[in-house]
Amino acid sequence: MAETAIELKGISKSFGAVHANRNIDLKIEAGTIHGVIGENGAGKSTLMSILYGFYQADRGRIHVGGKKAAINTPSDAIALGIGMVHQHFMLVQNFSVLENVILGAEGEALLNTSIARARSELERLERDYGLEVDPDSIIEDLPVGLQQRVEILKALYRGADILILDEPTGVLTPAEADHLFRILEQLKEEGKTIILITHKLREIMAITDNVSVMRQGTMVATRRTAETSVEELAELMVGRRVLLQVEKGEAKPGEVLLSVRNLTVKDSRGVTMVDNVSLDVRAGEIVGIAGVAGNGQSQLLDAITGVRRAVSGTVTLGGEPVDLTGAADPADLRARGMAHVPEDRHHVGLVLPFEENENAMLGYHRQAKYLNGPFLNIEAIRADAREKIEKYDIRPPDCRLKTANFSGGNQQKIVLAREMEQDPKVLIVGQPTRGVDVGAIEFIHKRLIDMRDQGKAVLLVSVELDEIRSLSDRILVMFAGRVVGERGPEASEGELGLLMAGVEEKEAAE
Amino acid sequence: MSAPYAKLPAWADYGLIPLINLAVAFLVAGLVVMLVGENPFRAAAILVEGALGRGQNIAYTLYYATSFIFTGLAVAVAFHCSLFNIGGEGQAYVGGLGVAVVCLAFDSILPWWLVFPLAIVGAALFGAAWAFIPAYFQAKRGSHIVITTIMFNFIAASLMVYLLVNVLKPAGAQAPQTRNFLEGGQLPKLNWVLEAMGFSIRSAPFNLSFLLALLAAFLVWVLIWRTRLGYEIRMRGFSPKAARYAGVSETKIIIITMLISGALAGMMALNPVMGDQNRLQIDFVTGAGFVGIAVALMGRSHPAGIVPAAILFGMLYQGGAELAFEMPNISRDMIVIIQGLVILFAGALEHMFRPSIQALFASLSPRSAGIEAQQGEGG
Ligand SMILES: Nc1ncnc2c1ncn2[C@@H]1O[C@H](COP(=O)(O)OP(=O)(O)OP(=O)(O)O)[C@@H](O)[C@H]1O
Ligand SMILES: [Mg+2]
Repeated sequence: MAETAIELKGISKSFGAVHANRNIDLKIEAGTIHGVIGENGAGKSTLMSILYGFYQADRGRIHVGGKKAAINTPSDAIALGIGMVHQHFMLVQNFSVLENVILGAEGEALLNTSIARARSELERLERDYGLEVDPDSIIEDLPVGLQQRVEILKALYRGADILILDEPTGVLTPAEADHLFRILEQLKEEGKTIILITHKLREIMAITDNVSVMRQGTMVATRRTAETSVEELAELMVGRRVLLQVEKGEAKPGEVLLSVRNLTVKDSRGVTMVDNVSLDVRAGEIVGIAGVAGNGQSQLLDAITGVRRAVSGTVTLGGEPVDLTGAADPADLRARGMAHVPEDRHHVGLVLPFEENENAMLGYHRQAKYLNGPFLNIEAIRADAREKIEKYDIRPPDCRLKTANFSGGNQQKIVLAREMEQDPKVLIVGQPTRGVDVGAIEFIHKRLIDMRDQGKAVLLVSVELDEIRSLSDRILVMFAGRVVGERGPEASEGELGLLMAGVEEKEAAE
Repeated sequence: MSAPYAKLPAWADYGLIPLINLAVAFLVAGLVVMLVGENPFRAAAILVEGALGRGQNIAYTLYYATSFIFTGLAVAVAFHCSLFNIGGEGQAYVGGLGVAVVCLAFDSILPWWLVFPLAIVGAALFGAAWAFIPAYFQAKRGSHIVITTIMFNFIAASLMVYLLVNVLKPAGAQAPQTRNFLEGGQLPKLNWVLEAMGFSIRSAPFNLSFLLALLAAFLVWVLIWRTRLGYEIRMRGFSPKAARYAGVSETKIIIITMLISGALAGMMALNPVMGDQNRLQIDFVTGAGFVGIAVALMGRSHPAGIVPAAILFGMLYQGGAELAFEMPNISRDMIVIIQGLVILFAGALEHMFRPSIQALFASLSPRSAGIEAQQGEGG
């Protein structure tokens, strides 16, 4: 039996009426990768935050390396060799990598000497663990994958032996995720202990040694990964059998409901992000846009929905074409029957400091049912929010709770509920299942298929190729801002992969 | 992500922490008083006595508070849209022009209760107009509103001097001020309310605009939390990107918010101009626009916090004046220092004692120590 790195005993934690953690026991073996899974709101992040000293448990004990530990603040955790990479990075955007790494651990008063020392230490870490990043590049210029590496370096620089990663792959492309896993393997070989939270059971199977499952604040099981299966884990998480495969019938496409013509979008520096794209989506079909993140999909969605100004292009939702170059008004597009689930729910789709009910009408707040003349109809707004909470099983079911206090997956459900319940003609969805648990993925996928079967036009963008393939009736592949190919859902992963990598259409077809 | 602060019970959050901050501010102020060789306890006694000791003093305190409620509300409304309106001073000054124009035109033909609503409109219109220009530049050109509103304070000051000296001053008069308003341009005093409560008052400028200030506080609450417009203002204040997504025009919401903010600042002029001096004179705002920033900070941009914060600053103004009078070593500037300390501890360093108080609460009863959002970057 291996040594125990961390042992949690009887940890409980409540937020008001919500029992985020109830009497949790967990043992993590040293030198292993230990997965923690569970539905949205199961209490994973809360548990890890307790271990990292962000929250204090109401009850329970923590043992680190066999000794009882008092972890009241993150600095206590760091002193015990615990490091954490958060779901949302905590880097200073306009600082360099090096400055971010030493931030808060500067050492002496004289910055010069400590910077020099930090640089050589950082270089050693980068060499030892294959975590190459240029210490002098500025964070905001780095892609997310590299930013995450900086977070890991930060933890290692502080001498972490135990590394907690909260949903590290949610924001990564598959290739970046693979690279991350190689790094984690290497850290494990060096004797580090890793706790990995993720919703992707595939990742759990691929990389962990043990896996613990949480459900509604309790720890329901711990398994050796080698002795379990995706199906068993999904069932443990949700408490019932989960359909991991999407079930859908034939599409019956009707008239064209959404039609985009000659759309070109440039970013703030004038680089062309979307290059003369035209596409149609018919009633009763789901069109998926596949592509490696950063090939213009986000800008495409933003421009079509009027959130971002285009250089040229129009969108037609039945009736008059709407010019996207001027001040295309998202409110106007919404009134014409377009609903939009944005990729970035934190900054765009939700106002996190708002109460849940205030977000449940965001963008639709001009509708008469929410208003009494110029006044908000608070009763109606809350009743409407409660209805959606009920229908979409948003937890905790409290429409007065601050939106920031919902778990990531439940925040996503708030947005989905709002957009889908408007009965739109056209639904535009970006990354609908990012950070969402298997049960909720099943639910969201089912709802998207329902929307299709009700005769809506659905345009779906996702970096999850599996998701695109299982939901779409037609797949458009984007590369470098252009649509480089169209395929049916039967197209193989390899073929799509080649298109996504920019291999010419003809070659890919061979 | 929000700072990892534990949540405190509401009474500690809104009562205990501000009280501790105030106590510390006075402690440090006490040290300053000691430094100039006066007895801080006696100074404190004089200050409180001077602010609340007699009916007379209370009336003065409330008179000052009236102005601060208006300017505090003005700053707070802009805050909710994450705009920092530092131009309350200038907007109030120009608002005074609106009051004067109405009073000079109608004071001989209408009774005060007909002139009053017109003067309210005049004050609000002129204050809003003065806020419009910086708002327009912010919304259309991205010129930072902090800079432009500060500049507009100076422009307002020069403009008003020019108008008072060259246009509004009656021919032959010495002082740069308008003629005195007739009865129709004078607001009734509210001193009788205090007298009815058993206080005696010789003469004090406490007037009807105090009630208007309270009404404005209530209306601001309605606006921000109960109307569609307020919802959009808060939306843009928290997240411009989400507001764009929701189809709220950034240009429009910035301009409307600043118009409301400027109107509130302008209405402050009613209190001194129509309620007390009964004429428009130079520099009648005397810093109330800036105090409004402190009041809004201390009152957390909520009307229910702004009213008491404004009264507190009214006490500091009135009690401070008495203190400067009673203690020769303490000059007017010292009072400003004390006010500055209150702003420092209650506003800027608001969170200084929070972690330790939270730790204390956590150790007393672990269950009450929840925490701010851990997910997301809301804070
Ligand atoms: N500060 C808070 N105030 C109130 N409730 C909270 C707070 N933080 C978390 N919660 C609640 O505690 C529960 C557990 O949340 P937690 O973030 O730990 O879930 P999670 O398992 O990490 O979910 P996800 O997979 O969606 O990230 C949720 O119901 C959440 O709404
Ligand atoms: Mg989480």
